[in-house]
Amino acid sequence: MNNPVAHPYIPNSVPAVRDAMLTAVGAADIDEFYADIPASLRVQGSLNLPAPFLAEADLERHVSALLNKNKSTRETLSFLGAGTYNHYVPSVVGEVINRSEFLTAYAGEPYEDHGRFQALFEYQSMMAELLNMDVVNVPTYDGMQATATALAMAGRITGRRGIVLVSDANPDMLSKVSDYVRSFMDLHVVPSYNGTADLEAAALAIDSGTAAVWIQTPSFHGALEAQGAQLARLAHDAGAIAVVGTDPIAYGVLSPPADWGADIVCGDIQSLGVHQWFGGGRGGFIAVHDDPTFVLEMPSRLFGLESTDVEGEYGFGDVAWDRTSFALREEGKEWVGTAAALWGIAAGVYLASMGPTGMAELGETLLARTAYAAQQLASVDGLELSDTALHLREIVVDFSNAALTSTEVVTALRARGIEPGVVLTGNRLLVCVTEQLTAADIDTLAATLTAVLKEN
Amino acid sequence: MALPVAPKPVLRRFHQARWDEPIIFELSTPGERGILVQQAESAAVEALDLLEDRLTPLRRASAPALPELAQMRVVRHYLRVSQENLGADFNIDIGQGTCTMKYSPKVNETIIRTPKLMDIHPLQDEASIQGLLEIYWRMEQMLAEISGMSRVSMQTQGGSAAIWANIAMIRAYHESHGEGEVRDEVITTIFSHPSNAACAKAAGYKVITLMPDADGYPDIDALRAAVSPRTAALMITNPEDTGIYNAKIREFVDIVHDVGALAAYDQANANGILGITRASDAGFDLCHFNLHKTFGTPHGSGGPGAGASCVSEKLVPFLPGPTIDKVGETFTVNRDHPQSVGTVAPFFGVAPNVVRAYAWIMALGADGLRQVAEIAVLNNNYLLAKVLEIPGASAPYAEGKRRIEQVRYSWQELFEETGVSSEEIGIRMSDFGMHYWTSHHPYLVPQPFTLEPTESYSKTEIDEYVAVLAHVAGEARTNPEIVRTAPHNQTVHHIHHDDLDDPARWAITWRAYQKKHLSN
Repeated sequence: MNNPVAHPYIPNSVPAVRDAMLTAVGAADIDEFYADIPASLRVQGSLNLPAPFLAEADLERHVSALLNKNKSTRETLSFLGAGTYNHYVPSVVGEVINRSEFLTAYAGEPYEDHGRFQALFEYQSMMAELLNMDVVNVPTYDGMQATATALAMAGRITGRRGIVLVSDANPDMLSKVSDYVRSFMDLHVVPSYNGTADLEAAALAIDSGTAAVWIQTPSFHGALEAQGAQLARLAHDAGAIAVVGTDPIAYGVLSPPADWGADIVCGDIQSLGVHQWFGGGRGGFIAVHDDPTFVLEMPSRLFGLESTDVEGEYGFGDVAWDRTSFALREEGKEWVGTAAALWGIAAGVYLASMGPTGMAELGETLLARTAYAAQQLASVDGLELSDTALHLREIVVDFSNAALTSTEVVTALRARGIEPGVVLTGNRLLVCVTEQLTAADIDTLAATLTAVLKEN
Repeated sequence: MALPVAPKPVLRRFHQARWDEPIIFELSTPGERGILVQQAESAAVEALDLLEDRLTPLRRASAPALPELAQMRVVRHYLRVSQENLGADFNIDIGQGTCTMKYSPKVNETIIRTPKLMDIHPLQDEASIQGLLEIYWRMEQMLAEISGMSRVSMQTQGGSAAIWANIAMIRAYHESHGEGEVRDEVITTIFSHPSNAACAKAAGYKVITLMPDADGYPDIDALRAAVSPRTAALMITNPEDTGIYNAKIREFVDIVHDVGALAAYDQANANGILGITRASDAGFDLCHFNLHKTFGTPHGSGGPGAGASCVSEKLVPFLPGPTIDKVGETFTVNRDHPQSVGTVAPFFGVAPNVVRAYAWIMALGADGLRQVAEIAVLNNNYLLAKVLEIPGASAPYAEGKRRIEQVRYSWQELFEETGVSSEEIGIRMSDFGMHYWTSHHPYLVPQPFTLEPTESYSKTEIDEYVAVLAHVAGEARTNPEIVRTAPHNQTVHHIHHDDLDDPARWAITWRAYQKKHLSN
């Protein structure tokens, strides 16, 4: 113990207290506690780390100075999506999730953490209304993980290996899912046709070895699947499970997948009241019907409502705890650990604030602005839309006949303070519009694109 | 006139908030709104009208039955519910052993709540995220130094996700050597976190679990018997959840290396050994940290946490991508990793936690990290001495030895004398504003409870916690009913858990509850 400073994070670094405690346990020095660590495994000297900023003011200045080098999406016109979305986060959400009671809690029992259980039960319940399904989990890490888990569940339930993906999926999602399921399942990709599922090709690919028909709607390209009912029927006729990956943002106006036959619905809740956080504000949801065959295959925690010794009082607890790896280790269904509960509370506050009317209006705004963006960008000379499907929030613009490539256009527009979208293979651009971008913003994008393409 | 000094009660009087707060749906009033949202312009509405015929079949028949509340009612509901929750900022949270509950510095909350972090998109121009990339890069350098490993990825969103990344890399490594089929077994120990076993199983491995020897150490003879050319890896914690440090850890690693397997170090319990010993010193190939445990980021009611995967040179090609590289004075995102296990999580992981952890390390430095470890270990051994003074409590295994970060204790003696279980004592503790947790399953230590004081709690607080523990243990002898019928000072009373396991009665959402329990 060489450091003479009593650090504010470490109360017992006060020398007199430390010495009193050593005396109380009969130890000559702290090193005695490390007697079991062999000398050969000891760090010699000090770690080679930067000198610390011991004064809080200096620390804040140092880290904030680094962060201030960044330029946020509030300072540019950002049409970036691809899994992380710039939706408005009501101030109420921050007020609730920044409360220490939620922010610093962890794994308390249903008694002293009654509030955490209630807030997450309510999140599950509001998601259930949006998705029209009776069971929703406490959030897992993100939509990629949720999808991988949903597909693995389908494999366990059917005892089959095949996954038939009929939509355009986010490449990062595909990477995650492939690596996750590859020891026990095989992934078959049926290329989409004009943005959505190729029904005939899907029918040929689905057979008695198919565990899951995996539909993404909106797809990675923002296309809304219009043939969901037919696809779910194809799955069910083959004894397979219809797994639908989605973003819940528009289910104030759109039919949730359960209404057209989905058995498992999964995805990400970042859109529902969580900031972009450099891509790190993610939480995964998995929803199923109230069928024990499905529920018992879910690895995540499920908070349930329960009675107590006092009539009329709501208690909460873990449903079917013995499903989980906490109880069963390797015999559990996959694993469960610290995931994204706080974002679940955020999404709950968001949905409670929005209500049915807010979610319906938001859905209309997103659909309308997306349609407007498609219309305006398609009218720019040299640009074409990649497909004619209905889209939500994202569209793909093809630059094959334009004077500049999509990569060149990104560079040119960045110089003008606009992030026009995410470059895709095949000289295309994925353009995202949320409710935070107005028709005037879209006009600015179209006009700037027109100007830049004309200049070249 | 001086005010008289009020006598302090021996035990703090406590009562958790009780608002009888309804489920949010019960508060709904049709027509109320929590927020007004942006409306589409007429030009946009006209563009949508052109698509309406095709859109109509996709439209929802009726609006979702979400609750309808004015904004201040939303606020009041959630703040009341929050008051019915005991976060680590409110209680002496040393009872949540294995989870390393420690102080989450408030300055870090100030730092992260800026649009310069909250409103950053991961795919925006690299020139516009240089500060963030620099923090990631610096963080990687520091965690490499702290672990002694070669490279680090902070893509995973929690400790268990990092354990998954470990097993994914192990699998990819063996496959790259043509041994993917042959090596199909993973060895772990019963006192390691359950996710080590569960992740290995999820990756398709057969799991072999080593039990402790008579002194509580993982049995080295059992390891020798278990290893074979089929072994892919050893996945182990040290110190384990008992708080006992396995001095033979280097031999464990050598034994698995001798058969061509890899060794992965679950450093969930790293808090007590920061700056004292490193994963590389024991020869590990992979390790991970939980940023929310060891580096002070808040636990968020169960996440988001953040994991950091650290690997030795030979595992570098398999690290999850992308990585952050420094080229000259510029920081750049490198996605060119052909042998990588790929994307195990979106983009760059949980950025706010990476920044908080960075600030935490920069607030302490090398000496401070060592001080964290040393005081955590001092606190733990002090707590151990105090708990062992309570009649009926014991600390099985490794008798007379010091412990590192935590101890798994037992109330077996008290249980035999009184019939009061560890779980019942834990619930009664909550009446005094204290939380404690038993342990992961299986209960190898009978009537377990696991305490981990970390560096964050003062001597006075540790004394207070022990006083409550001793008081409740005393009640088990003098007034067992008050323990058995606890809680008494909580938001709710004893919960009937049986229905939670019965598919006919469990209610995982409000609508399911209404259908099952209120429809008649």
